[in-house]
Amino acid sequence: MVGEITIKDVYKKFPNTDPTKEDIVALNGFSLDIRPGSFVSLIGPSGCGKSTLLRIIGGLDKATSGELYIDGKEIRKPGSDRGFAFQGSNLFPWLTVEKNIAFGLKARHIFKEQKDAVQEYIKMVGLQGFEKSYPHQLSGGMQQRTSLARALVGHPDVLLLDEPLGALDAFTRMNLQDEIINIWKKHNMTMLMVTHDVDEAIYMSDQVVVMSARPSKVEAIINIDLPRPRARAQDTFQEYRTKILNVLNLGGKVDEVEYYL
Amino acid sequence: MRKKLFAVSKLLLPFIAIAISVLLYYSIEDNGKQKKTAHPYYLYLLAVIGIVILIEIIAGLFVKSIKKRILHKAPFLTGVIVFLMFLNYVTTKTTMLPTLYFPSLDRIVGLLVESRVFLLKNVRDSLGLLATGFIWGAVVGFLTGLALGYFKIVGYWLNPITKIIGPIPTTAWIPLALSTFPTTHGANVFLIAFAVWFPVTLMTSSGIQSISNVNFEVSRTLGASTLYQIIHVAIPAAMPSIFLGVFYGTVSSFATLMAVEMNGNASGIGWYINWQKSVMLYDGVYAGLIIIAVICSLTLTILFKVRDRVLTWQKGVIKW
Repeated sequence: MVGEITIKDVYKKFPNTDPTKEDIVALNGFSLDIRPGSFVSLIGPSGCGKSTLLRIIGGLDKATSGELYIDGKEIRKPGSDRGFAFQGSNLFPWLTVEKNIAFGLKARHIFKEQKDAVQEYIKMVGLQGFEKSYPHQLSGGMQQRTSLARALVGHPDVLLLDEPLGALDAFTRMNLQDEIINIWKKHNMTMLMVTHDVDEAIYMSDQVVVMSARPSKVEAIINIDLPRPRARAQDTFQEYRTKILNVLNLGGKVDEVEYYL
Repeated sequence: MRKKLFAVSKLLLPFIAIAISVLLYYSIEDNGKQKKTAHPYYLYLLAVIGIVILIEIIAGLFVKSIKKRILHKAPFLTGVIVFLMFLNYVTTKTTMLPTLYFPSLDRIVGLLVESRVFLLKNVRDSLGLLATGFIWGAVVGFLTGLALGYFKIVGYWLNPITKIIGPIPTTAWIPLALSTFPTTHGANVFLIAFAVWFPVTLMTSSGIQSISNVNFEVSRTLGASTLYQIIHVAIPAAMPSIFLGVFYGTVSSFATLMAVEMNGNASGIGWYINWQKSVMLYDGVYAGLIIIAVICSLTLTILFKVRDRVLTWQKGVIKW
C-alpha cells in the first residue's frame, strides 16, 4: 500500500506584512503520520494553518524547517504522487472539460499512453456529454467534478483536498461527498482533506485531526469508528460532533469558532 | 397574410428609392458646374446596389438566414439610397455647395472605376507596408509583453523604459526615423511597428500579471514546467487582454500609416489623397477616403472574426 504521509516537526513562518512586527508562525512544530490508504480530515479554527500544511505537502510552499515524506521520499516540489484539489474548482476557463482533465497528462508528456484515462475519469465523475463544454457552461457541482477528475487522472497516491466542496450548495455537496468516498474506495489512495465542516469531516473520514489556533499543532486525533457506508442521520454522529467541538472549545476560544455555524 | 405583405413591401422599398433616384437624375437639369463624366457612374452604382439586393432576395427564397438578413437590412439600404440621392441632388442639381470641394457622385465613382489599376497599386503598397509593420510590431510587442509580464527581473529593468518610450506618439518619431533609416520604407515599417508594439506590449504584460496565481499553482500541481506554464497557462489566460492590445495597435497603425504616407512617401493611399488634394482634385480625395474606410473596416472585421474564433470561451469584450 502506498500513500503514507510523514510530517515531522514542521515549522512555517511568514513575514509579517508590517515589517516592524514579528513573523507570523503558522505551524509550530507540527508532526503527524498518516496511514497509507486512509481518509484524514484536518479541522481547526480559521487561519490555523490547515491550508498552509496542505500546500507544503503539495509542494506549493516550503516549510521553514522540518521534514516531510511521502512513502519515505522527501517532499521538495509538486509531484505526480500527489494530486491537489483546490478550494473552488479553479478550472482553466479556456479549456473544455476534456482538455482540463487531460492537462496534467499533457504537461507530463504521458497523454499519448494514457489517452483512455481521460474518458474513464469523465465517466467516473458523470460528465459524459459535457466533454466539449467550457467551464462557464457548467454548474458549480459539475465544475468541481471536473476539477476532481483533473486532480485524479494522473493516478496519484495521495489526494490533497483544500476545502473542495466549500462553495457548493448543501445537496450538491452531499452528493459529491459520496462520490469522493467512492473514488477513494475504488482507487485505494490516501485522502487528506481540509474542511471547515465538522459533519463533513465525521461523515467522510477515518480520522479527524483537530488543530489548535495559530501557531498550530495537533490538538487531538479522533478516530471515527463507524461502519461504511455511513448514514448522515446517525446518533453516533452527535457523539463525535460533541467530542470534536469540545476539543476545539477547550482551546478556550469559544467566540472564535465559526466552522460549525 | 398581412405579415407577408409587409415583408414584400419592405423588400420593395429599396427599388422604389432607386426608381425615384433615376427619375430625379434625368428630370432635373444639372447645374452645369460639375465636370461631365464619360458614363453615368452614379446610375451604375445604383444598378449594382439593386442587383445585389435582388440576388440576396432570390437567395433568401432558399436560405432562411439570408432572407432574415435582407429583411432586416432592406430599410437601411433604402436609407443609403435616399442619402445618395440627396447627395447627388445637392451636388449636381443645385449650387448650394462649392463644386470644387464637393464633386458629384458620378465623378467619385467614375474615378474609382477609371483609375482602378493605379488605385489598386497604391492599395497594394499601403497594405504591404501596413502588414509588414503590423507583424513586426505585434510579434515584438507580444514577446516583450510576455517577458515583462512573466519574468519579474525583465520587468524591473525594462518597465521604466517602456513607460517612457511607449507613450511617445508615433508621429513624433517621423523626423528621426526618416533621417536615421537607410530607406524610407524601413523607416515607415519601423514607425508602424512602433505604433503596434506599445499597446500590444502593455496589454500582454498587464494581461499576464493579472492572471490569478492559483492558475499557476494548479498547473504546477499537475506537473507543468515553466515553459509549459507560459505556453499553456500564461498566454491563453492573457489572450483576451492581448487581443485588446492588438485592437488598439491596429487602430493606431492606421493613423500611423496615413501619417507616414502623407510625409515623404511616394505611394500608398495616404500619399494619393495628399497628392490629389494638392492638385485640387477632390474627387480623388473622396475616392481615397472611401478606399481607406473599406480597408480599415475590413481589417478590424477580420481581427474580430479571429478573436471570436480564438476566444470562444469568452466573448464580447468589444462589440464590432
